[in-house]
Amino acid sequence: MEDELYSHAEVAWCPGCGNFGIRSALRGAILDLDREGVPMENVVIVTGIGQHGKMFDVMNINGFYGLHGRTIPIAAGIRLTNPELKVICIAGDGDCYAEGLEHLIFGAKRNLDITVLVHDNRVYGLTTGQFTPTSPYHYKGRSTPTGTTEFPFNPLELMLTSGATFIGRGYSRNREQLQALIRESVLHPGFSFVDILQICVTYNDLTDYYNARVYDWKEDDVRDFDAGCRKAKEWDYNSDAPIGLGVMFRREFPTFEDKNPVPAALKSEERKALVAKIMNERG
Amino acid sequence: MLIGGRAGDGISSAGQVVAQLLGQHGYRIHMYLDYPSRIKGGHNFTVVRGAGEQVGAIREKVDFILALNQETVDLHRSKLGDSGVVVYDKGSVRNTDGIGVDIKEILNALDAPQVMGNSAIIGAFAKVAGMDWDTVERVFRKAIPRGVSRNLEVARLAYDSAEERIRVARLDRPTLPVFTGNEAIGIGLIEGGLEAYFGYPMSPTSNILHFLVGQQEDARIRVFQPESEIAVVLMALGCAYAGTRAAVGTSGGGFCLMTEAISLAGIAELPLPIILGQRSGPSTGLATYTAQGDLHFALNSGHGEFPRLVVAAGDAEEARSWTTVCMDLAWKYQVPAILLSDKIICEGMYSLDPWNAGDNRAEPILAEDEHPYLRYAFAESGISPLLFPPAKGEVIRVNSHVHDTDGITTEDPDLTEGMAKKRWRKMALLKDEIEGMNPVHVLGDSDSSTALLCWGSGKWICHEIGKRLDLRVIQPVVLQPFPEVGFASAMDGVTRFYGVETNETGQLCRLVKEFGYRPEDMVLKYDGRPFLVEELEARLREVVL
Repeated sequence: MEDELYSHAEVAWCPGCGNFGIRSALRGAILDLDREGVPMENVVIVTGIGQHGKMFDVMNINGFYGLHGRTIPIAAGIRLTNPELKVICIAGDGDCYAEGLEHLIFGAKRNLDITVLVHDNRVYGLTTGQFTPTSPYHYKGRSTPTGTTEFPFNPLELMLTSGATFIGRGYSRNREQLQALIRESVLHPGFSFVDILQICVTYNDLTDYYNARVYDWKEDDVRDFDAGCRKAKEWDYNSDAPIGLGVMFRREFPTFEDKNPVPAALKSEERKALVAKIMNERG
Repeated sequence: MLIGGRAGDGISSAGQVVAQLLGQHGYRIHMYLDYPSRIKGGHNFTVVRGAGEQVGAIREKVDFILALNQETVDLHRSKLGDSGVVVYDKGSVRNTDGIGVDIKEILNALDAPQVMGNSAIIGAFAKVAGMDWDTVERVFRKAIPRGVSRNLEVARLAYDSAEERIRVARLDRPTLPVFTGNEAIGIGLIEGGLEAYFGYPMSPTSNILHFLVGQQEDARIRVFQPESEIAVVLMALGCAYAGTRAAVGTSGGGFCLMTEAISLAGIAELPLPIILGQRSGPSTGLATYTAQGDLHFALNSGHGEFPRLVVAAGDAEEARSWTTVCMDLAWKYQVPAILLSDKIICEGMYSLDPWNAGDNRAEPILAEDEHPYLRYAFAESGISPLLFPPAKGEVIRVNSHVHDTDGITTEDPDLTEGMAKKRWRKMALLKDEIEGMNPVHVLGDSDSSTALLCWGSGKWICHEIGKRLDLRVIQPVVLQPFPEVGFASAMDGVTRFYGVETNETGQLCRLVKEFGYRPEDMVLKYDGRPFLVEELEARLREVVL
């Protein structure tokens, strides 16, 4: 189906893939934003490499299909050029929590004004079924047939301590909530991070597991750091616990772009005068 | 002259001031800086050489030794020429002839900090070399941005306490300013329209970062130090996609980390100017010493095949003008453009003619009102016009996969080959353009049928010896696309040639073999230090004559 936001590209995900739900929510959010004064030509998506990355092809929106794990520095360059552009990084859990994890932490540290959506299916799909940093302990993947020997880490906790100013969790089957979450995360001025529990029907189908445990966070204490910590720690991506969804934490803080505004362009005569000055100061 | 002391004594800045002093006397300058990889302590020295014509190497023998400690005299005494003079700190150096300066007394008298000891030794040297005080004062005022008056008082006391020994004649020719290669690269970037610079600290290019930060406000550029060279290069690619002229600088280890993104720039057709300052390897190697070990790495960096520009500057002046060329051609052809330099050029100093800037500027090709805009349109030239977001009604996609004209991923065999051909059409055009830019220099004795083949920092030393031994010198500046026409013309009449390189395997020789040129022999050095003039001359006399 080709429309103003879906491209003519063939969709190459498995039937039932959680990426369909995310795509639909992303489309809805971009349309909502367009109606609210963020024109869709100002939106740029930056995708990594993984099943999530195919979003680049199936969406009809400006995009940079980059490298595995490296969406965030590319987004930084785009934002430093033009702060009018709304940049959405579409990353995967292998793509963003394994390779390239440092960029996630530094994006949060700088409070770069971008949105990072992590399609967290907790398994490598494109390379057909290996464990990722959020796979549960003892996950039996193709590279760990007897089960992993490492515990997953908790991305929400990591982002909270790294300085992210908007943290949320979505679920690929809760399309409406996810759409609202994406819209809000894009509008938030600062580093917005959303971990999206994504169903992988082929290698890690946790639909029943998630359906039985998800609930919506109350958002009245969303600016309370300690409350954020408690919410982040409630489920550690391994043990059995209720799984909260929605906005977990947010706060206002000056962004990297605020502190590094785009200067006016240097005119050719000004450039020549500057070089002459550098030469004179020396000789 | 040689200036030595411990790390932290300000040997590098003393060398820069002496270089400017000689520059003010009409000399063409080369300065070599030698220091171990530590912040305090260890032996640092710098050698400044002045000559009537540009030089790019130092000699074994020196006329002056400026010693801030005993080690300097012990290590370098044998280098002093027959009529040479040692100017030394009386308090720390014993057992030497020459002119002693009581640095401690001077500093105490003026209540000046110990770090100003280098100003004392320079002041004394200026008197010993018969330089007038006005020139010393003028150079200090330009070279020392903070605390210049106290430094001048220190220098003056030392100047007055010394006596003239060897008058350094003033040459009757225009004076030229003296710059490090890193500064020259920074100037070239600014002249190339730089808007953002990204760098992760690494010798020998960290000073580009520092120089550009100093120019940040006036040049209206932004300078960033991200978390790694991977972030450095990808931020620059994000800038390129959105229309900002960004550049990056690094050395071998950092360049290794950049290679995946260089390959990305190749297929996504994004402009990417890279400054690669070589140092000794493999791996951490000798972190503060030199080598020309990364030529083939630069030529082949990144997986897959894609067009690129690789240029090797031979001195500060070439570093400046070719950096601008790299910026311009990266943008015109939407390719990675690598400027190779090395420690000798980056941290060494050279005289630089302020007016010798490239004014043959190439412009990027921008889209005009095409709808729908196709980022990878099959232009005849291979250069698809650029458009930057936001553009109403258009979708602007760049892609690391094989892609269709609209940027959407494809696995189609015809498109795969079609896009590859499109990219290589750019390379053919780039090669034509390069051939018109004097990409291969002929120096030394240009009529000789025996030639030295060199590149980068080998330029001036080969020229100097070539002149003396009647050898032609051929210095290709552009190495990819290889300027076959320019090289053939430079080699016209050459019956035998010898490679001169500071690496283990003769990398330029290996490159020209691909085009049918076989060297008779090679003279290589790979101990981290540059060739000294006497040393290279002796080795060439053995091999060539």
